[in-house]
Amino acid sequence: MLIKKGAEASLFLENWYNRKVIMKQRLPKRYRVPELDGEIRLYRTIHEPQIIHKAKEAGVPTPTIFLVDVAEATIIMEFINGKQVKQVLDSYPSDKRHRLCRLIGGLIGRLHDHGIIHGDLTTSNMILTPAGRVVFVDFGLSEHSTELESRGVDLHLMKRAFQSTHYQYAEESFAKVMEGYADVRGSKAAVNVLKKIKAIEKRGRYVSERKEMDQ
Amino acid sequence: MSYCLGIESTADDFGVGILSFDGKILANIISAYTPERGGIHPREAARHHAEVAGEVVGKALQTAGITPQAIRVVAFSQGPGMGPCLRTGATAARALAAYLKIPLVGVNHCVAHIEIGKLIGETKDPLTLYVSGGNTLVSAFEAGRYRVFGETLDIAVGNCLDVFARDAGLHPEEGMPLGAMVEKLANQGQAFISLPYIVKGMDLSFSGLLTAAAQLLQRAKYPIEDLCFSLQETVFSMLTEVTERALAHTEKKEVLLTGGVAANKRLQSMLSQITDEHDARFCVIPKEYALDNGAMIAWTGILAYQHGMTIPIEKSFVKLKWRLDEVYAPWVRD
Repeated sequence: MLIKKGAEASLFLENWYNRKVIMKQRLPKRYRVPELDGEIRLYRTIHEPQIIHKAKEAGVPTPTIFLVDVAEATIIMEFINGKQVKQVLDSYPSDKRHRLCRLIGGLIGRLHDHGIIHGDLTTSNMILTPAGRVVFVDFGLSEHSTELESRGVDLHLMKRAFQSTHYQYAEESFAKVMEGYADVRGSKAAVNVLKKIKAIEKRGRYVSERKEMDQ
Repeated sequence: MSYCLGIESTADDFGVGILSFDGKILANIISAYTPERGGIHPREAARHHAEVAGEVVGKALQTAGITPQAIRVVAFSQGPGMGPCLRTGATAARALAAYLKIPLVGVNHCVAHIEIGKLIGETKDPLTLYVSGGNTLVSAFEAGRYRVFGETLDIAVGNCLDVFARDAGLHPEEGMPLGAMVEKLANQGQAFISLPYIVKGMDLSFSGLLTAAAQLLQRAKYPIEDLCFSLQETVFSMLTEVTERALAHTEKKEVLLTGGVAANKRLQSMLSQITDEHDARFCVIPKEYALDNGAMIAWTGILAYQHGMTIPIEKSFVKLKWRLDEVYAPWVRD
């Protein structure tokens, strides 16, 4: 049963040897030339399970991978029961929201500590389980890197996701994420990456902070 | 009937548009500055704008068939854009407003592209992909503002294509901008050469890709047609993937393509494939209103004016880095 038709892949909820699983299939995209399409689908299909596994080793909850079918660009993995953080965050009272953001920040910290860049940190890619665990999913755009630049871009995405999806609480939520990040990676690392995020923002096309001096 | 005169001058085009308050376009005159070589030099472009300003305003009034006294409000592109160019347009607008004793409205250039797209394309609540030499962004209206869902982290896609074309020794010809020349060569390309494909969430990066493509040019191993083909395929696939992500995320039912790069047929065909898949309507804005133009400034000026958003001349500073998502847009209903 198709449960999500994303831009990058389709997710099917299936019964696989009496187990509820997610079948993630990267169907060919008609708009891309076959060479590029094949390259992207193959790369992401091989790469994603490897990084998901590495994230688990880093102590970040991720779905268990059961099968990788390279020829079909399909991954079969554990179905995570829960709700997307996106769906619950805005309805939470502030203390609960802060705790959740801090937890998320800590998990991002662990990923970064282990040289993993998620590449698509949005609240739709985090599942909150009934037991209160946050499981990171969708590592399709992830990469290995220990560079400050990559970490900055990763967290900048998280910040942007808050701004576009949870604009009411964007600032405080991101601040809590960074607190959680500092809990794991130390305040010095957090300050450095925050500086980097600032630099990335300034590099952007239009930056309000630079406005004054432009006038 | 009330009329608004809008002045656009963010980059290489100086444009004046006149619209009636009910959205009828009476005039849309553009004078483009074409550098002899290289990219746009802001100061040279501004000089061009200053030279043609009077003439373009006069021609717009003549085309519209109205007297200056019939104008109720003057709008100008207040940002984002190149400082000297913006200031020249702003100066012309201030002079007109002061002389005619009518209110002045500052308009955000990116919002104007979307608003004229909505007017021309008859869309209500689109997801917009705005791609030009200066801008690359995916935006949709949510909770009182045009939110930016994805954008370039470095250079604009049009800039990437233009610089590559110049590196390849192409020169813009009359009626054929560099992007169109890349498109023409790409149509003759056959072999796909792998280039860095850089999508970060919903954001894009073109600078590394441009460097890689330029290096391939220097090696002179591949035909220019294949390089143009591969460059176009890669950057447009990136744009399409990000647009599809934003479409899946926002669940909008219309996709608007605008900006100078919107004229590219290959990009149009890629986007129409994803809109088909998502049951969304695809709308390409015709060149006259997709490129920078005065009509879009006038129309957005009318919308803003009707919500009392005028600015006193002494506070009408240009805003070089004015972000789309900073704009308060009370005329759009959620």
